[in-house]
Amino acid sequence: MFRVEPSGLRDVLRSLRDEHGFDLLLDVTAVDRLELPDSKPRFDVVYILRPSVGSERVRVQCRPPDEDLALETVSDLWKSANWAEREVYDQYGVRFRNHPNLKRILNHKDFVGHPLRKDYDIKKQQWLSEPDDLMDEMRKLRGGAEEEESESVLLNIGPSHPAMHGALRALVDLEGETVRHTVPEIGYLHRGFEKSAEKGTYTHVIPFTDRLNYCSSVMNNIGYCRTIEKMLGIEPTARAQTIRVVLLELGRIMDHLVCVAANLVDVGALTNYWYLFNERERIYDVIEALCGARLTHCYVRIGGLAHDLHAGFEEGVEGILRELPKALGDVERLVARNRIFLDRVVGVGAISAEEAISHGFTGPCLRACGVPNDLRKDEPYYGYDGYDWNVIVGTRGDAYDRIWVRMEEMRESMRIVAQAMKKMPGGPVNVDDKRVSLPPKTEVYGNIEALMNHFMIIMEGIKPPAGECYGSIEAANGELGFFVVSDGTGKPYKVKVRPPCFYVFSAFPRLTEGGMIQDMIATLGSLNIIAGELDR
Amino acid sequence: MGLREIENLSGSGVLTTRLDAVLRWGRRNSLWPLPYGTACCAIEFMAVVASPFDLSRFGAEVVRFSPRQSDLLIVSGTIVHKQAVILRRIYAQMAEPKWVIAMGACASAGAFYDNYCTLQGIDHVIPVDIYIPGCPPRPEAVLHAVTELQRRIDAGVPPRSQRTEGSA
Repeated sequence: MFRVEPSGLRDVLRSLRDEHGFDLLLDVTAVDRLELPDSKPRFDVVYILRPSVGSERVRVQCRPPDEDLALETVSDLWKSANWAEREVYDQYGVRFRNHPNLKRILNHKDFVGHPLRKDYDIKKQQWLSEPDDLMDEMRKLRGGAEEEESESVLLNIGPSHPAMHGALRALVDLEGETVRHTVPEIGYLHRGFEKSAEKGTYTHVIPFTDRLNYCSSVMNNIGYCRTIEKMLGIEPTARAQTIRVVLLELGRIMDHLVCVAANLVDVGALTNYWYLFNERERIYDVIEALCGARLTHCYVRIGGLAHDLHAGFEEGVEGILRELPKALGDVERLVARNRIFLDRVVGVGAISAEEAISHGFTGPCLRACGVPNDLRKDEPYYGYDGYDWNVIVGTRGDAYDRIWVRMEEMRESMRIVAQAMKKMPGGPVNVDDKRVSLPPKTEVYGNIEALMNHFMIIMEGIKPPAGECYGSIEAANGELGFFVVSDGTGKPYKVKVRPPCFYVFSAFPRLTEGGMIQDMIATLGSLNIIAGELDR
Repeated sequence: MGLREIENLSGSGVLTTRLDAVLRWGRRNSLWPLPYGTACCAIEFMAVVASPFDLSRFGAEVVRFSPRQSDLLIVSGTIVHKQAVILRRIYAQMAEPKWVIAMGACASAGAFYDNYCTLQGIDHVIPVDIYIPGCPPRPEAVLHAVTELQRRIDAGVPPRSQRTEGSA
């Protein structure tokens, strides 16, 4: 962690990028220190960086003076900073000088105030009467060209549109069928995760994380719990780690199934949807038997898991491993050599590795550009280095590569699951640590110490030591990070998610401009934008 | 009018019934839903139309994203204030008679997102006929909501959109 003065911020960040290889700006956020001991200046802006291949991370923190509350923008150094800085402005009111388009991003245009400030009341709602027409941004893109003179047509797509998965919106400027400009708008599912997370205990946040990337809930659970465990200095038991690996990979498969199925529907290959969703149902059945829920699992706990595996889990997983390759094979036979499909996706929505890194891509979308960026290899956790598997990379970074990277990753995930199930160690699933694990019921009813321990964990919550921590895992969409600030109490002071698809979607104009309008649909599907994660 | 009468048609060639009964029969068996999916519930709605649950068994699988072509709005997911204004517009564009299903806790009451940006239930902006509990509801619960709606249409219960305040 570096602390820099506002005047030196840009130089430090530039030198980290150019001289030390930290070419990926993961996230920018701020901490409102109003209720912390050292509250002058009030805001602390945090930049999190890492190299595109490698495990080191560096955090640069800078406090803008309270008088003007502004920093220099770095959106010219990294494209990912553009949206990230807009979010900080929207949520905290910190401005960025020379930012090309500093306007609200998650909250609506009529919103007054900055909701993540500690003095903003969580229940103070503000209504919107008219949606933003986005013409301010579109006029800027069109430059001097007068609307009357130009041949172009404006088309508004979404947020309720079959091709705009979830709740996304794009205003496009069309010339014939060619997209000249794209203005995306997000925030249609901004449901205040980060503010709500400050309301309850650390354990209360787990169900909220389920609903970030709801296609693979369990991965968010694990990403969050791993960060809190890191703060507490806890390592889960061998059995809990292996179960987590199995669930992470099943989650990855579920996520990729939805992405590929929906993407193929978008380009007209409807049948595949039924083949792939059947397999998703098969995984649902196993997960439901495990935790009682199909979609929102809430199975992982800080320090371990809610409970051990059920009898029959192994057979369930065997069934998945047996049937899934058939479905993938069916889909491959339907589309792999299909002229119509290939014409829709090959070379469509391509992006180079350098640009993808500048936009903050991680996960399958970056791997499709040929960069072997994968936290499971770069920073092996839960014994990922002990399994035999490969990182799948593409070559062209187009929609075809993104689909195929996901198809092959499902096969690699199956390999990991098979190996993990084979070596599944015995023993407890929760760590023996009074700070996080509830004592067994027999002791709670039998001795006062255990009773008090139980009471304190339930009523006051788990208490990580005061401080800041960034932890991340390789989720289905890329690096899913949590930046957590603790003030030493049982409630998180701040929880910031680093959502992988937020940065992927920020490249949407770049991916679509100059292409055909129908290519835009194929491109969007291949990015796997999940609104719950994007908008939080 | 039921299936048995239809089958008898081929025998007699003539069938007498009331016009409103025919209309209700038609409406009941050809609901065209507009899936207004925003969040997690939308993924479960995808499961409802996939083969294991198969909404088409109830004649309601023709999902239409144009409000002009649909008569059943299924709101699946959280509606935030930024979205609410769009939801109202979509609802207003649907032709009568129209029905609304609020799928899941968020659409029904805002769920645990009791905060600055989330609408505390879509009935603050549009009338709702059926609420489905759950976070998200199981596909069976969605099927139950659709069959319950069909039962109401059969019984001649007017949609909430046509009822005046307090007549429920």
